[in-house]
Amino acid sequence: MLDVLTRFAPMLADGALITLKITLLSVSMAALLALPLSLMRIQESRFLRWPVQLIISFFRGTPLIAQLFLLYYGSGQFRPFLMEMGLWGFFRDPVNCAILTFTMNSMAYQTEILRGALQSVDKRSVEAGKAMGMPMNLLYRHIVLPLAYRTAFPALGNEVILMLKGGAVASVITVMDLMGQTRRVFSQSFDINVYLVAAAMYLIIAIVFVSIWRLFERYLNRHQSHRVIRRKPITNRTALN
Amino acid sequence: MDNLALLSFGSQGWGDELLKGLCITLLLAFLALPIGLIIGTGVAGLSVSSSRFGRAFATFYTTLLRGLPELLTLFIIYHGLGLLLNQLIKWLNPDIKYVEFSPFAAGIIALALVFSSYAAEVIRGAWQAMDKGQKEAGIALSMNRWLIFWFIERPQIVRLALPGLGNLWINLLKDTALVSVIALDDLMRAANIAVGATKKPFLFYLSVCLVYWLICILCERVLFKMETRLNRGISAGK
Repeated sequence: MLDVLTRFAPMLADGALITLKITLLSVSMAALLALPLSLMRIQESRFLRWPVQLIISFFRGTPLIAQLFLLYYGSGQFRPFLMEMGLWGFFRDPVNCAILTFTMNSMAYQTEILRGALQSVDKRSVEAGKAMGMPMNLLYRHIVLPLAYRTAFPALGNEVILMLKGGAVASVITVMDLMGQTRRVFSQSFDINVYLVAAAMYLIIAIVFVSIWRLFERYLNRHQSHRVIRRKPITNRTALN
Repeated sequence: MDNLALLSFGSQGWGDELLKGLCITLLLAFLALPIGLIIGTGVAGLSVSSSRFGRAFATFYTTLLRGLPELLTLFIIYHGLGLLLNQLIKWLNPDIKYVEFSPFAAGIIALALVFSSYAAEVIRGAWQAMDKGQKEAGIALSMNRWLIFWFIERPQIVRLALPGLGNLWINLLKDTALVSVIALDDLMRAANIAVGATKKPFLFYLSVCLVYWLICILCERVLFKMETRLNRGISAGK
């Protein structure tokens, strides 16, 4: 076991870095895209709502690996066109395709999470803001979005973990992420321990991430972390009523 | 029209190959579902039990399997279990040569394990959401724990856990696409083969995506119907 670690650790560490890079990049880009989309999704107008619903439904209803193949191999079918547009250099690189696919996929899930959070914002908070004469952008910046993100925060953390795990399929299109390096090392050594080491690395990344996310969550909800003051039970409640 | 001909059935088109792949995909999902549900219920039972060891095991099991990429779980089962099996066979009978571990079995085991770990959490949630009085009523009627589970807890767990389990079922359907990586001829791999022969990747992968999408939408509809039916006794106003 230790032998495997010392021999293959540098490769696996390289892979882990790429996994981290791909995950963080696609999740954060998806977060930027998810906000306007979720705002569109909660509008009354069908023309704003339906396209977003269609995108979300597609990305949530098809396997990530199929989306990845569609983009990476499928773009090859349009090679002359893409070359003309000067985009072929982008689509030729599997890492770019993986990041683009994961961004779109994560965007769909994050939009749905944010939609739920936006709709769960207490109507009275919005009304209070309106009563103070807040214009729309101020209302969203200071009332709706902080409340929505606070609600959505745990679910968004789950989404990052899902992306971290789902990202392993990038190895199928020859991206040398943690999974890709693991598969390469296994095909050279036929040592099953490599998989176990990779499993441990994925778990460690996930656990570290979850701990950091919890800290952030506690920071966001710090206004609720007051001590509970225990009062003496009111004994003559029936008399009061 | 050329593209449609490629997707048609018969000797020219790839429609029948894709359909065969779809059957494998559905077979995998439908076989992994009951196994996963049984293991998941067992693990959920451990996590609500009074035994400290049982609870620790349940936590370990769900954390481990939910923290690993599905693809990695699949490889560990496929290669690891295959090696283990071969060592066992060699130990029993040294004359037998290397036996290939069936990718189909590996796929079902891996998918069932992943499904069970998520299902265990959903079922545990439903189990704990149930009113304690229900169980106490059973005890008062001197029912044993199996009778309580089967006649009192199970029907309510099904109702409470169905939305979560429905999501997991759709995830399971999508995860079946991963088995194409270990050379199992499911829908995804049928498309890979077709692409290799026809050099039309976009066409085939898009059709495969649409098939998965259609199945998922269909499943969502059915699950919605099931939820409405299971909740028919509960007042809608809540």
